[in-house]
Amino acid sequence: MLNVGKIEEGFVLDHIKAGESLAIYEHLGLDKLDCTVAIIKNARSNAMGKKDILKVECDIETLNLDILGFIDHTITVNVIKAGEIVEKRKLTLPKMIKNVVKCKNPRCITSIEQGLPHVFVLTDEKKEIYRCQYCEEKCTERW
Amino acid sequence: MRHLMTPMDFSTKELDQLFDVANDIEKNPAKYAKACEGKKLATCFYEPSTRTRLSFEAAMLNLGGQILGFSDANSSSASKGESVADTIRVISCYADICAMRHPKEGAPMVAASKSAIPVINAGDGGHQHPTQTLTDLLTIRSLKGRLDNLTIGMCGDLKFGRTVHSLINALTRYDKIKFIFISPEELKIPSYVKETLQDLGIEYEEVIRLEDKIGELDMLYMTRVQRERFFNEEDYVRLKDFYILDREKLDMARPDMLVLHPLPRVNEISVEVDDDPRAVYFKQAQYGVYVRMALILRLLGIEVC
Repeated sequence: MLNVGKIEEGFVLDHIKAGESLAIYEHLGLDKLDCTVAIIKNARSNAMGKKDILKVECDIETLNLDILGFIDHTITVNVIKAGEIVEKRKLTLPKMIKNVVKCKNPRCITSIEQGLPHVFVLTDEKKEIYRCQYCEEKCTERW
Repeated sequence: MRHLMTPMDFSTKELDQLFDVANDIEKNPAKYAKACEGKKLATCFYEPSTRTRLSFEAAMLNLGGQILGFSDANSSSASKGESVADTIRVISCYADICAMRHPKEGAPMVAASKSAIPVINAGDGGHQHPTQTLTDLLTIRSLKGRLDNLTIGMCGDLKFGRTVHSLINALTRYDKIKFIFISPEELKIPSYVKETLQDLGIEYEEVIRLEDKIGELDMLYMTRVQRERFFNEEDYVRLKDFYILDREKLDMARPDMLVLHPLPRVNEISVEVDDDPRAVYFKQAQYGVYVRMALILRLLGIEVC
């Protein structure tokens, strides 16, 4: 089994659905950070069978938890200081998400109006449904 | 500053107040004849809709106000590529209130977010047409005396009908409403609408034949079954006559049932029933003017004593 060492300062995103770590890496803009990032794919997991893990050696404040909560609020966020987990941040579904996904409805005003942000609003927390703020089209994909 | 984007923007209490004003306008039109003197309504119609535009313009003229605007995108700066946001900023300098129709869904909301004047959504693509819903509600309330405790039949194209979905949504806020959806299999009410009704514990039934249920209804909302919605001509020919309201079918209805239609009617309501007192669709168009008058007053903050 491959071993990836502990990080000293930073955060670990655990329990990512297997195969989704790269997309999350890109969506969180981790590719733009000048820090060490370990992407672990298909790690063994008792609960999930297989899972992905992201280890990032930089300040947790660089992480947009809203985006992460929108993508998958079941991901575990562990904050690491001096090599130890000092905090577990719970993710929630954000009430609103801006410019993360684009509205796919060709009849939506966002398809023609310049400079208009793509805004999705959480309309049903139980069913985890987001709808476009303008045309109310359901958001069918998270990235 | 208030705008109107969807019928749900107003609480049921606010709607009652609006409908009270509309009914007062119906009784005392002269009292309101100068209420908007010196005010201007801009009708910004990026796609043609003669009835809606004229209804808004008639409403403002009845209030003593003036109107300006355009009736399709080609005669506006949109044809030069101007954004909705820029257009409304400019219109805000010219008028006191704006009614906007746009083929793109959500365009009036974008306008409202940048506007210095109240914006009324006069229809945005297949999304919302709130003043049609307010018209429907006012018609029912005025002629039935209530908006609760009603069995409501919706007939025809229930799949694509924007007015139907919007009216259902607005009626879910009233007690003891039962819906009967009458449509061919191909044009059934979408599942998300049914899910909403189930979540709210609102009773509904789905049937194919109008004759089977017309006798139970307090109100029948007719819509047009359009040929282009069918995959083949055979199905259309087979089903189209189910949904033509004629004298024979109306004879099965209660004496106090109302027949509403958002218009334009093509052939789904036989002209032979037009003179029946239950056929209120032309009266409904008149209520459309009253409710738009009341809405203009409300959004401009004008009270007439």
